[in-house]
Amino acid sequence: MTSIQRLLYFLTLHRTGLAVCMVSLGALLFPVLDDNPYTLGLSHLVAINTLVVLGLNLFIGYAGQISLGHATFFGLGAYGSAIISTTWAVSPWLSLILVALCVALLALVIGIPVLRLSGHYLAMATLGLNFVVYTILIQWDEVTGGPSGFAGIPALSCADFVFDTPVRQHYLLWAFALGAMLLMLNLVRSGVGRGLAAVAGDEIAASSLGVNTQAAKVKIFVLSAVLASLAGSLFAHSFGYISPDTFGIFASTDFVIMVVVGGMGSIWGAAFGAAFLTLLPEWMDIFDTYKDLVHGGILVLVLMFLPQGLVTGLMDMLKIRWALRRHNASA
Amino acid sequence: MLQLNNISKNFAGLPALCQVSFQVPQGQLTALIGPNGAGKSTLINCITGVAPCSSGRISFDQTDITALPAHAITRLGIQRTFQNLRLFPRLSVLDNVLTGLTCEGGSSLFMAMLRLPYLRHRERRLKLRALEALDRYGLTAKAHWPAGVLAYGDKKRVELARATVGNPRLLVLDEPVAGLNAEETCVVAEHLRQLRRNGQTIVLVEHDMDLVMNAADQVVVLDSGQCIASGTPESVQRNPMVLEAYLGRMEATA
Repeated sequence: MTSIQRLLYFLTLHRTGLAVCMVSLGALLFPVLDDNPYTLGLSHLVAINTLVVLGLNLFIGYAGQISLGHATFFGLGAYGSAIISTTWAVSPWLSLILVALCVALLALVIGIPVLRLSGHYLAMATLGLNFVVYTILIQWDEVTGGPSGFAGIPALSCADFVFDTPVRQHYLLWAFALGAMLLMLNLVRSGVGRGLAAVAGDEIAASSLGVNTQAAKVKIFVLSAVLASLAGSLFAHSFGYISPDTFGIFASTDFVIMVVVGGMGSIWGAAFGAAFLTLLPEWMDIFDTYKDLVHGGILVLVLMFLPQGLVTGLMDMLKIRWALRRHNASA
Repeated sequence: MLQLNNISKNFAGLPALCQVSFQVPQGQLTALIGPNGAGKSTLINCITGVAPCSSGRISFDQTDITALPAHAITRLGIQRTFQNLRLFPRLSVLDNVLTGLTCEGGSSLFMAMLRLPYLRHRERRLKLRALEALDRYGLTAKAHWPAGVLAYGDKKRVELARATVGNPRLLVLDEPVAGLNAEETCVVAEHLRQLRRNGQTIVLVEHDMDLVMNAADQVVVLDSGQCIASGTPESVQRNPMVLEAYLGRMEATA
């Protein structure tokens, strides 16, 4: 092997790790290049949305299910953490973990019966869950603050180091987002991940290959709920203020659109979709006014022309093109 | 090795299988034949747990597997192929074959996320085995193609590779040569004989009589959901009930 071949081999062998390092480097250097609090606020939102979309993408793209209610877990994470840390004065880290555990339990209890459904029925069930929780957040105002929201949530801190400036929060949030991304990349490259991809492709074939499809779906539902809850807690502790409107059904559909834009079953696509839809209104003012209209339009267009999602659909097309060209070249 | 006792299966009251009993001896190739609609695929679905049977008892190595779900039966060492291909079109050929090793790939979500060194080594070993299986079936050059773009004959062979890669104790093949041309059929027949020589226990459902009569140690004939004959290929060919099931029907339709 020549040194160039060796280098190429090294690059392909470690492509995932190297790509994660590159993105981490980008996130590390970003505040050095641009420490405008507004831009950093956007990057916080991208990181938080990435965290939610990573889990949801696993559920939609790998387990092959649909959830129109992930803002529920996002909201429960945010409000749970806010109430425990502010009202009960528990340390924010502890409340974050406590809430994540409670949400995991809730997702398990809900997931076991609900995931026996599929397709439209599952979508309706998760949508219903979102409505229930949203109504509770609005109506139970002595605990949640009602429609006016919940303010004065303490920031996270490590000993004396408080994550209260935008730059510090940037590092905290991206550490979580990239950590979760690494874990998800590991998961989908393992035997468990292949089993999940099999469930998304064909449940009968998957069960005949030894995948416990029901258990796999529930596990992924719980995992994605925990990620959403973590994202919610981080959201509450870094912005200091939350209101029920952030956790309504439109938030849920926005998460689904992020998954669809990124592509089903693509971890990198999840980050791309989250960033794209979070930043879209910033590039064009009109998108802010007609946000729901534009999001709906994007969803329809992507599903019509690339049902696998934007990034995944394009990647699939490239892969097929590449395979056929190599075949023709050798024939 | 596999024992079926009085298996019946009804679809909303309509009997598809009625009191079927036979045994599959270890290390032999048992062929399951019968006219269309005789219940062959239904019987396979009962054995593999895809569609549990209504009554009767199926035991595999003295273990009762009648009521077990499909994934539990697979974990006991029964792998199958499907009559209508069930590959995962978006996954690469290599990944499709790797899904055949799901039982050995670990099932802990948590460990998979951590990807500790032991898991990396295991992944590498599994990948090597999958590549060996692809090599046996002459698919190495297409290992990184998405399975959806393969030709039909290649897809059939990918299914065979996926079912055999885990060295199952019992291999159940549902029409492995259906829709293949004579040349491709010869190749698959040779693979079957090779598996048989290596001591693989096989249940084969097939319409191709040349293949069945050449390869099988034991033939079981189903007609209208009932087991009408079983024995060596020669004895089954001379059985008047079998002749009637096949030839009688031909007279009626001619």
